[in-house]
Amino acid sequence: MGLTKSSTGSNLLANDLEFLKNDSDYVIALAGNPNVGKSTIFNNLTGMHQHTGNWPGKTVSNATGNCIYKNTNFLLVDIPGTYSILSNSEEEEIARDYICFGHPDCTIIVVDATCLERNLNLVFQTMDITNNIIVCVNLLDEAKKKKIHIDLKRLSDELGVPVVGTTARKKKTLNSLMDTVQKVCTHDIQPAPKKVIYNKYIEDGLSKIEKVLNAEFELSSDLCRWIALKLIDDEETIINSIEKNLSMSLSNNKNIQNITNEVHNDLEKNNIIKKHLKDFIVSDIMHKCETICGKVCIFEDENYSRRDRKIDKILTSKKFGIPIMLLFLAVIFWLTIVGSNYPSQALFSLFGWIQEKLLHLANFLHSPEWLSSMLISGVYQTLTWIIAVMLPPMAIFFPLFTILEDLGYLPRIAFNMDGFFKKCCCTR
Amino acid sequence: MTLNDLPLNTKGYIQNLNCNENIKRRLLDLGFVKGAPITPVLVSPSSDPRAFSIRGTLIAIRKEDANFINICFNS
Repeated sequence: MGLTKSSTGSNLLANDLEFLKNDSDYVIALAGNPNVGKSTIFNNLTGMHQHTGNWPGKTVSNATGNCIYKNTNFLLVDIPGTYSILSNSEEEEIARDYICFGHPDCTIIVVDATCLERNLNLVFQTMDITNNIIVCVNLLDEAKKKKIHIDLKRLSDELGVPVVGTTARKKKTLNSLMDTVQKVCTHDIQPAPKKVIYNKYIEDGLSKIEKVLNAEFELSSDLCRWIALKLIDDEETIINSIEKNLSMSLSNNKNIQNITNEVHNDLEKNNIIKKHLKDFIVSDIMHKCETICGKVCIFEDENYSRRDRKIDKILTSKKFGIPIMLLFLAVIFWLTIVGSNYPSQALFSLFGWIQEKLLHLANFLHSPEWLSSMLISGVYQTLTWIIAVMLPPMAIFFPLFTILEDLGYLPRIAFNMDGFFKKCCCTR
Repeated sequence: MTLNDLPLNTKGYIQNLNCNENIKRRLLDLGFVKGAPITPVLVSPSSDPRAFSIRGTLIAIRKEDANFINICFNS
């Protein structure tokens, strides 16, 4: 059963992974590609206010929160968004380490309904590590807008794991998610992921290494396969963290070294060089994603993306791209500066009126001149002036900017201005 | 030929990625595998990053990076 306490031993874990487990019944990991609404789901389930934002990588460490559903206390762990857990950046490492070694009771993988194919990659990679997976197809409202229909039942059959459709912004849709989570945690549903079968030569190598691993260590079969895959892949950082977290020594074990070398030689004979191995693995996964998507996604309106593209073309064209951007910004600034005058004025007069009353009150109480002038003309007046001047522009500017963000205009600006950004030396 | 030589709105197929490990890994994650169809659909005003449609999503890649992606016309 994947990574359970009995298969790995909780005492083997580094301290940072073993947190807060005590007072909750089940631990749920929330994984997914960047920008698919993980944090929104997390916030809506836990009632917390983790900052959500429309850019990738905004969650850089694991955030945790509690969610009570039907008298069961779930501890949710919001994992940084990653496209893959083959790991090359810090957040991918955090994500991978948690899914692998944090042994959550189940892992929810949130996928974007509007580009399922790319998102399934992570699902399959996670399947190699653990069985207890729930796929949560989020942003169904966006997909509906784009006239993309996804056959969730079929997707569930193809993947072998439960699939739930949600629209994170609507809390109601999350109930069915929690329902499934509970069923998986209590083993009412047992996911049986249909893992990717790799190229024949890789599979042969895998089973060879698995056999040796099994003889050397007591491991569950899923874990064995995953470690074998990483050994073939010769991924140093992952091997190191396997060694550290499961306290087993792979690189010093002669038998394992020998079999790994043997497999590498075999693969090379069949033109699979170590350097290109990852290409083979990833393309096998991608092909599987492609076939599944072909079966479950129905694009009801082929023209939709074409219409989108047309707008994009204007927004990023040589002639209009930058003028439109300047115009947008000019309008926003104009609205902010001019628009905030009125509420500012109103606030000024309101605060002025209150000040007058306060002065009367001070007089009435016979407070000494120096005290009332310090408190009222000093503290009160400064404070209210700052509020009257600063609040209206902020209350106008930020919502407007949020609208631009929601429209997806900001990535277009980045696209237009990439050259400038690069010159300012902020690459990527 | 490289991805930079692919004219706008013409479909090409990825042949191989000839770049350093880190970029390669990222590209693989995004679905740039051998045989994947890719179409340039947008050019930025300064003509440097171009946006490509691949696997139903739009991804912008700079010329310096696109240079390492070899493509051909038939899968």
